[in-house]
Amino acid sequence: MELFDFQVITGSLPEFWRGLLMTLQLTGIALLCGFAGAVPLAVARVSKNRWVSGPVAAYTYFFRGTPMLVQLLLIYYGAGQWQWMQAAWEAGNPVWLLFREPFFCALLAFGLNTCAYTIEIIAGAMRNTPHGEVEAAKAMGMSRFKALQRIVLPSALRRMLPSYSNEVILMLQGSAIASAVTLVDITGAARNVYSRHFAPFEAFVFAGLVYLVLTFLLVGMFKYAEGRWLAHLAPRKATKRKEAA
Amino acid sequence: MNHAATFDRISVGDPHNSIGLHEAPQDALNDVRSAVTQGTAMNHNANVEQVRVEDLHKSYGDNEVLKGVSLSANSGDVISIIGSSGSGKSTWLRCINFLENPTSGRVVVGGKEVGLTRNRKGDLVVADPKQLQLIRTRLSMVFQHFNLWSHMTVLENVIEAPIHVLGLPKAEALERAERYLERVGVWKFRDAYPAHMSGGQQQRVAIARALAMEPSVLLFDEPTSALDPELVGEVLKVMRSLAEEGRTMLVVTHEMGFAREVSNHVIFVHRGRVEEQGNPKEVLVRPQSERLQQFLSGNLK
Repeated sequence: MELFDFQVITGSLPEFWRGLLMTLQLTGIALLCGFAGAVPLAVARVSKNRWVSGPVAAYTYFFRGTPMLVQLLLIYYGAGQWQWMQAAWEAGNPVWLLFREPFFCALLAFGLNTCAYTIEIIAGAMRNTPHGEVEAAKAMGMSRFKALQRIVLPSALRRMLPSYSNEVILMLQGSAIASAVTLVDITGAARNVYSRHFAPFEAFVFAGLVYLVLTFLLVGMFKYAEGRWLAHLAPRKATKRKEAA
Repeated sequence: MNHAATFDRISVGDPHNSIGLHEAPQDALNDVRSAVTQGTAMNHNANVEQVRVEDLHKSYGDNEVLKGVSLSANSGDVISIIGSSGSGKSTWLRCINFLENPTSGRVVVGGKEVGLTRNRKGDLVVADPKQLQLIRTRLSMVFQHFNLWSHMTVLENVIEAPIHVLGLPKAEALERAERYLERVGVWKFRDAYPAHMSGGQQQRVAIARALAMEPSVLLFDEPTSALDPELVGEVLKVMRSLAEEGRTMLVVTHEMGFAREVSNHVIFVHRGRVEEQGNPKEVLVRPQSERLQQFLSGNLK
């Protein structure tokens, strides 16, 4: 037997390609929606008003406190157990029918999950805004909203980049559980190849390589973004012109 | 003199506001007083009261840090507030633009009394948030720790509030930024980030940021206390030249040299009270109160 049967891989490249597209769609859409929701919710999370921050804290606690796989199974299989949900399906309600779609359920679970983590990342960065900068914003006549919009959020969204890159990479790897609800992502494709050819080594090594390449690209993207938006925290470049006192 | 009218005129953002003169030759005027009286553009406006504080009290719980302090600053006045740490001088300054909320007292800015109301904690807060923001644009503050916005370049720091608070067009804000960054000698660093500059440079940027609002009064909260000794000079030099332009300044400081030579009025605060005040050349040379004598013997070498 050969060490690595390349024909197994070359023969199933189209399948892996579709799996890649599925992974990218799932993580991409979930990350975008999760981020869009996280910004306003993070503002609520740091509110001094408990009635505003409390519900958000409960939400992030639940979604960070339980495995994403459990959340996914709960949404996909759990939804059908309720009488009213079944009734809605029979009545053809277009919204509730979405809960029969594995793609929608995975998107919902991933989106809610990454949103929860992103809220805490942004909220943490907002809390770490240097107090003096907020004070300067006030002293310059900015309203609370203006200070949030012009100073606190732009600064926090920059400083969150390193920890957010972690979240994005974890989300990519975490999306591998989509195959638990019949979706064929990269991992799902590898599983199919494995069961068809009885070549688990080839199938999963290749899937792993695809994830590695994706991660490599993401790391590069974030490195670029940090260079672009975190320049103010980087050590001064030696090439800068000389400073006169 | 119609104070209310003065305030209104300033408040609409007149770019050539009463004391916004910036073209005064830097070294031509040596004596502050002569600058105030002989200076060009501010002359017609001398003796217009810019800010007045009456019987201000401030308590943190049972600890009363300000026990009824008052001051009044006319156009061109440079008032130094001195005193030992914990005397309440910084708190006083911060109560004037309501970064701290006083427990009682009155504040009049540009002849217009600031409408106050009590919050749940029992402190006085400005009743109308719009008036609060307006006051703060008239009283620009320079902080001990500069408090520049770290994610913005020098230029962005200076144009930020003129564009987003005063609503100036970007071109005009850039024009102001260039003028004031040149004025304090850091225009060449306009694209640098604050963290990449020395403390003295950062503080000069902070002064330019305050000037770009073209305020009627500049508030300085220990502007040189966080600086290395050799960087203090460059900031004091800028402040001195601003005083010579006839700008109205309230300066909380430990720099006795500045208080004596640049300001035309000095207030010595001790344990939340004004212990002694007057012309610095008299008060600092022949202090009457025992407290001030002690304070100066520890400070003046």
